[in-house]
Amino acid sequence: MVTLVLFIAFAIIALVGALGVVISRNPVHSALWLVATLLSMAGFFILEGAYLVSAVQVIVYASAIVVLFLFVIMLLGVDREESLTDPLKVQRPVALMLGLVVFALLIGLMGNHWATGGESATAALNSGGGGNVERVAREIFTTYLWPFELTSALLVVAVVGGVALARRSRRAEAASEVAP
Amino acid sequence: MIITPTWYLVLAAALFAIGAVGMLVRRNVIVMFMCVELMLNAVNLTFVTFSKTLNDLSGQVAVFFVLVVAAAEVAIGLALIVAIFRRRHTGTTADDISELRG
Repeated sequence: MVTLVLFIAFAIIALVGALGVVISRNPVHSALWLVATLLSMAGFFILEGAYLVSAVQVIVYASAIVVLFLFVIMLLGVDREESLTDPLKVQRPVALMLGLVVFALLIGLMGNHWATGGESATAALNSGGGGNVERVAREIFTTYLWPFELTSALLVVAVVGGVALARRSRRAEAASEVAP
Repeated sequence: MIITPTWYLVLAAALFAIGAVGMLVRRNVIVMFMCVELMLNAVNLTFVTFSKTLNDLSGQVAVFFVLVVAAAEVAIGLALIVAIFRRRHTGTTADDISELRG
């Protein structure tokens, strides 16, 4: 009963937040609605027993990524309201229709049994002992060790790329000083 | 009344569709980015639901990797937006940079 109430509450927050991201005219409001959706997503993860993923969701998504978004919005000063009228009149109805088609397709896919339904023999949810955190960690550091190491390379590349893109080159700076 | 995995999957499908529509409808590049995050989150919810349904931890590990890729993607994407905005002060709507050149 409690889980049902929690599920419905989180579902409402998630859907309203998602609609808020799309509808609000101010990017800052969009970012705040996004936080609501991400936090309710963490709630779903707890309801489904994925505790580590839930914690990571709050730490990485709801704090780090959203703070980064807000930083960029404030830094660029683009927090002015955006006119929601579209230069292409057809675009919005077509987009809504395509969204409905996507939704219908996803629901349709759900009726099919793409997964075999067989349960895992090697990485069951309660294999090995220990809590959820310990089991997920064991899985990452044994079966998925190589992909895990590759993600470190990916993050290094992302950091270097971010720095390279965001820093001003000296030549561009000199040019902008000559001709402001 | 018991919450079946189907409820989670329907919810994830709805969130994905909302994110896709937002991606198509909005013109502010930063908000389009947020819609991408919404879609990624819907996929994460599906992963965790199937992890529980099929009794397999790999789904949760997959969510972990999706999170890492999303973080890297946001860092690069926002750096790109900052660089574009610095070069041309017109604004950050997708129409402003539709020519794909400086």
